[in-house]
Amino acid sequence: MSTVIHKTKENADTFEFSLENQAKVKAIFAKYPADRKQSAVMPLLDLGQRQNDGWVSVGVMNHVAKLVGMPYIRVLEVATFYTMYNLKPVGKNHVQVCTNISCYLRGSDKILEACKKELGVEVGETTSDGKFTLSEVECLGACANAPMIQINDDYYEDLITDNVSTIINELRNDKKPKVGSYGNRKGAEPHYCACANSPSLVPDDADKNDGVK
Amino acid sequence: MLNEKDKIYSNIYGFEDVTLKGAVSRGDFSDIKNIIAKGKEEIINEVKSSGLRGRGGAGFSTGMKWSFMPKDDGKQHYLVINADEGEPGTCKDREIMRHEPFKLIEGAFIASFAMGATACYIYIRGEFFREAEALQRAVDECYEKGYLGNNACGTGEKFDFYIQRGAGAYICGEETALIESIEGKKGQPRLKPPFPAMFGLFGMPTTVNNVESIAGVGTIMRRGASWFSGIGRENNHGTKLFGISGHVNKPCVVEEEMGISLKELLEKHCDGVIGGWDNLKAVIPGGSSTPMLPKNLCDVAIMDFDGLREVGSSLGTAAVIVMDKSANLVKCITRLSAFYAHESCGQCTPCREGTNWMKQIMIRIANGQASSHEIDDLLEITKQIEGNTICALGDAAAWPIQGLFKHFRAEIESTLKGGM
Repeated sequence: MSTVIHKTKENADTFEFSLENQAKVKAIFAKYPADRKQSAVMPLLDLGQRQNDGWVSVGVMNHVAKLVGMPYIRVLEVATFYTMYNLKPVGKNHVQVCTNISCYLRGSDKILEACKKELGVEVGETTSDGKFTLSEVECLGACANAPMIQINDDYYEDLITDNVSTIINELRNDKKPKVGSYGNRKGAEPHYCACANSPSLVPDDADKNDGVK
Repeated sequence: MLNEKDKIYSNIYGFEDVTLKGAVSRGDFSDIKNIIAKGKEEIINEVKSSGLRGRGGAGFSTGMKWSFMPKDDGKQHYLVINADEGEPGTCKDREIMRHEPFKLIEGAFIASFAMGATACYIYIRGEFFREAEALQRAVDECYEKGYLGNNACGTGEKFDFYIQRGAGAYICGEETALIESIEGKKGQPRLKPPFPAMFGLFGMPTTVNNVESIAGVGTIMRRGASWFSGIGRENNHGTKLFGISGHVNKPCVVEEEMGISLKELLEKHCDGVIGGWDNLKAVIPGGSSTPMLPKNLCDVAIMDFDGLREVGSSLGTAAVIVMDKSANLVKCITRLSAFYAHESCGQCTPCREGTNWMKQIMIRIANGQASSHEIDDLLEITKQIEGNTICALGDAAAWPIQGLFKHFRAEIESTLKGGM
């Protein structure tokens, strides 16, 4: 999300980590050598974004800059380089539709259309009640379970358009939809692994082959 | 096909217990003291002679890479694991992190010990939040039970394992961009030399390995180099996780032996191509960067490094993207061109500008607005980018387009305005 940010009175908010998050900040710094505080900039921006209703404000960046001992402009540079930092407010549920090749081949166009229709917004827009923002994103790395969408931290996979309305409606009513595959499987296993805890993970005719050369 | 007993990943789908107890019951960490007792040199030699080649795409010998690390220089060394899995079509490391995290931790300990490193950072793409959580749970359990820490696995060796999450930048899969990102900067690749083995993370000797390369190390050390090198073909040994997506009846991730034929892979594990093998149009065999193969080459393609090189493509990450006759190949590659334009880090001019030019011409071709000479212009741009950038993203953006026109130019030209 490329957005030009200018420090103005309106968006130069104040931000500080909550007490709970201050403990997390300490744990994050402990992962790096003492003289390498700058390494914490990405995890701290992420933590700040989570505390700040899903977006990184100038206040968040100022506070993070102070903690890691970096100039504000370097923090801004990081925040604008990586797509997962939202530089303007987003809806409570950030619906991200993968439209890259594997999802495209399995109908992500239809999934995206279904999201638009269900939410009544275009890509990049937020619903008027502030509950949903719709984005189109690059490959999310769940290609064997295409098409799929990510909403906040969770993946919803093996989707058909009907699933989209189900998921969005549950979120609209503040319920927690089922995460993971909406196909008849647990994850990315082949079709012959019919169910979880199946004793046999091999196709029926596997013993006809003597395997290793 | 691969025998069940020769699979490295016995719980890759997470059907069984994913805690430490379950992993130990399946053999993870067994014999770890004896493996460490072999010493650094012997571990590196064993991995070298197993024939393990890097599973992240380039296919360089893993043991050889480890041997480039300086010895007894008194510096802090690092192992960095690349889990920035973002190459379109690729979804294998995700399965390791969420279902076989202990294999990864075990392999990281062995690899780090062999290279004189006492700490490992794993860089996980930011979108894999749940996968990072799963791995963190495993790491926490290992610390709690003494598998990590100052006396890792009771060997007397110190080993720490840290998780770093990315935030949505494909370029961070390039090893020096990844290092920059862990250091808290924009993920822009570094000029090489110096190579990471001399000047890597925090300026210290560093080796960056793919998740799958590291996760297999424990099993290789337990079962021996000859077991691993006995699978697959000369120069292309061992087992490999394949991620198959697109127009097959049942897409999946599956562990198979290197050198399986493409046709067997798709028919055994994915219930075949939609509409049957004869309905196949083309396959991208190793993730979005690798040139596509038309059906006649798919008929004979062997899925390993050399096999795919022989047909003009590459194994890459073994992410097989299948396109049947209903697929619009130009649209597919246009989507990839848009991806590379979006993900170019902006550092090198040929890539920053060229990826956008390629995207625009591809869109014109996809819309039937281009004339035939624009294909020549486009191919010329791919040649101007290829080899002229700091990292391989420029090449990766050029190859899919070259692959498309190498095999399908005539067919595409017939759809353009004015024909020839």
